[in-house]
Amino acid sequence: MAVHVIQEKCKGCSICIKNCPFEAIALEDRLAVIKDACTGCGVCAEKCPFHAIERIEEKAEKGVDIASYHGVWVFAEQREGKLMQVAIELLGEGRKLADSIGTELCAILCGYQVEGLAADLIAYGADKVYLAQALELEHYTTDPYTKVIYDAIHTYRPEIVLLGATHIGRDLGPCLAVKCDTGLTADCTKLEIDPTDKKIMQTRPAFGGNLMATIVCPAHRPQMSTVRPGVMEKAVYDAGRSGQTIALEVELGKEDMRVKILDIVKALGETVSLTDAKIIVAGGMGLGKPEGFDLLRQLADKLGGTVASSRACVDAGWIDHSYQVGQTGTTVKPQIYFACGISGAIQHIAGMQGAEHIVAINKNEAAPIFEIADHGIVGDLYQVIPAIIEALG
Amino acid sequence: MKIIVCAKQVPDTTEVRIDPVKGTLIRDGVPSILNPDDANALEAALALKDEHPGTMVSVLSMGPPQADEMLRECIAMGADDAYLLSDRAFGGADTCATSTTIAAGIKKIGYADIILAGRQAIDGDTAQVGPQIARRLGIPSVTYVQKIVALKKGSVIVERQMEDGYEVLEVELPCLLTAVKELGQPRYMTIAGIMDAYAQPVTVWDHTDVALDPADCGLNASPTQVHRSFTPPAKGKGEMLKGSVAEMSSQLIERLKEKHVL
Repeated sequence: MAVHVIQEKCKGCSICIKNCPFEAIALEDRLAVIKDACTGCGVCAEKCPFHAIERIEEKAEKGVDIASYHGVWVFAEQREGKLMQVAIELLGEGRKLADSIGTELCAILCGYQVEGLAADLIAYGADKVYLAQALELEHYTTDPYTKVIYDAIHTYRPEIVLLGATHIGRDLGPCLAVKCDTGLTADCTKLEIDPTDKKIMQTRPAFGGNLMATIVCPAHRPQMSTVRPGVMEKAVYDAGRSGQTIALEVELGKEDMRVKILDIVKALGETVSLTDAKIIVAGGMGLGKPEGFDLLRQLADKLGGTVASSRACVDAGWIDHSYQVGQTGTTVKPQIYFACGISGAIQHIAGMQGAEHIVAINKNEAAPIFEIADHGIVGDLYQVIPAIIEALG
Repeated sequence: MKIIVCAKQVPDTTEVRIDPVKGTLIRDGVPSILNPDDANALEAALALKDEHPGTMVSVLSMGPPQADEMLRECIAMGADDAYLLSDRAFGGADTCATSTTIAAGIKKIGYADIILAGRQAIDGDTAQVGPQIARRLGIPSVTYVQKIVALKKGSVIVERQMEDGYEVLEVELPCLLTAVKELGQPRYMTIAGIMDAYAQPVTVWDHTDVALDPADCGLNASPTQVHRSFTPPAKGKGEMLKGSVAEMSSQLIERLKEKHVL
């Protein structure tokens, strides 16, 4: 997709320049000119009051036989023999996509002695499970997983492949996409099937969450996405479902083993499960000091919730990264989110706006967090939080 | 040893605000910066250079001519030289096409023992270009590197950040590593570095210089296309509670109970 300025219609008003998210338009001789930074996103075409910018569809001539690709595949990521939650979310979403296309839902599972998980994947809705087992696949490393899954994609030709946007999925996805010579859309938060041509439309935040982009992959297959954990609805477990397990042949050579795992170290301390938390009490720089989290923890304990943090506190070394909510941290959707001393940078909001109910406590009444809060309290959190704890009785 | 650092000039998205009335991006005065993760990658390269004298650090970027400024900043921090892939034909590239172009730039520079890149750029947040470059060059890659533990003959030992800890990995050289913030706090530019940065040319290459057909670059070679872009709908503003701290607190609890969330 590209954009083109119709010179006869352009009045040089510069509205497109102000609205371009990529600073890709300049005014030259009183006419808008599209520069190299253009991504063809089309915001300018929508904003131009004179209809002087048009979008042109560009047809790729790669000669990929799109019609020969069928089925929706989900990468069933497991660690230490346990399925990741995101794999269950992908099966939930994958089922909807497969049904609206009218095709099958399959899971691809790699590991060692993980055949027991295949039945779970079927219970979560997979019609077929492609199972690759080898000692080299026990723990994820890039090359062996890429090789095995690429071989399966090459053989069975799925039209859609979904991976969780975890540290593993976001490593594996790009490598698979290059091997398959296809596109990959990162960290999607919404997937839909275009009813007219049955292609997948992948929506994701870009530009630090300031802009949403819907991406398509018209002429290459499979269409691939990594999907943000915690966003899609989990599939429902039904032990009564039936499905088929297909064992894959694993052929790995020395050239696939260029990375060796020497050690796996788990973070010490409590495990933080922000994605599943019903109540989150989050703190930002407004806490003023790391000890502020102790007060937040009191409120969280009172409500049976957990504490969380903005990026700034993590950067300041006040709290571990695993507590971070936001664009580069965890995406959460609790029933109640308390934002205490958090100004509400767009990157933070991107990670918590899915909360059912947002309570903001901030000294600064102009803080952007109040724009999205259901209830706002302007005040010193060191007075307000103890008062809330007291009001809870 | 030879290290190539891949860097991108990005708008500082933390400075971007949304106009609450119009729902559009407010971009006036938003500065262009060296992508933060790339700055961490550069720092790691410079730290290796400090430890292993004789190491050459080159910085490579793809972007419009203005990226020259960012590359000079990298030289001022301590990089030896800089290359910019700049051509209209490279424009509109998705990660797939970008990785082809950057891989071609790396081949043109020649050999590198280690290629370092930031995990992701703050304008796109895809984290895809790094590993895709490695795939195109046929070398192993490790993403989310938080520490370079030891450099050995023919391999490097690194820590790869995971959601719940980290892995210690040994990777054969040459390899590509992508850096997270923990890999290294970027150093400041020095006065001497700034002088160097302006005395030295930044090499600019177009598609012919790196032997790429325009059909294999930019928008033409991008499997993904932007179907539509829009600003996310703003959630309506809620209720600001009034009164004393005690009054506001009890009102809040009442409201949450009314809505049955508490």
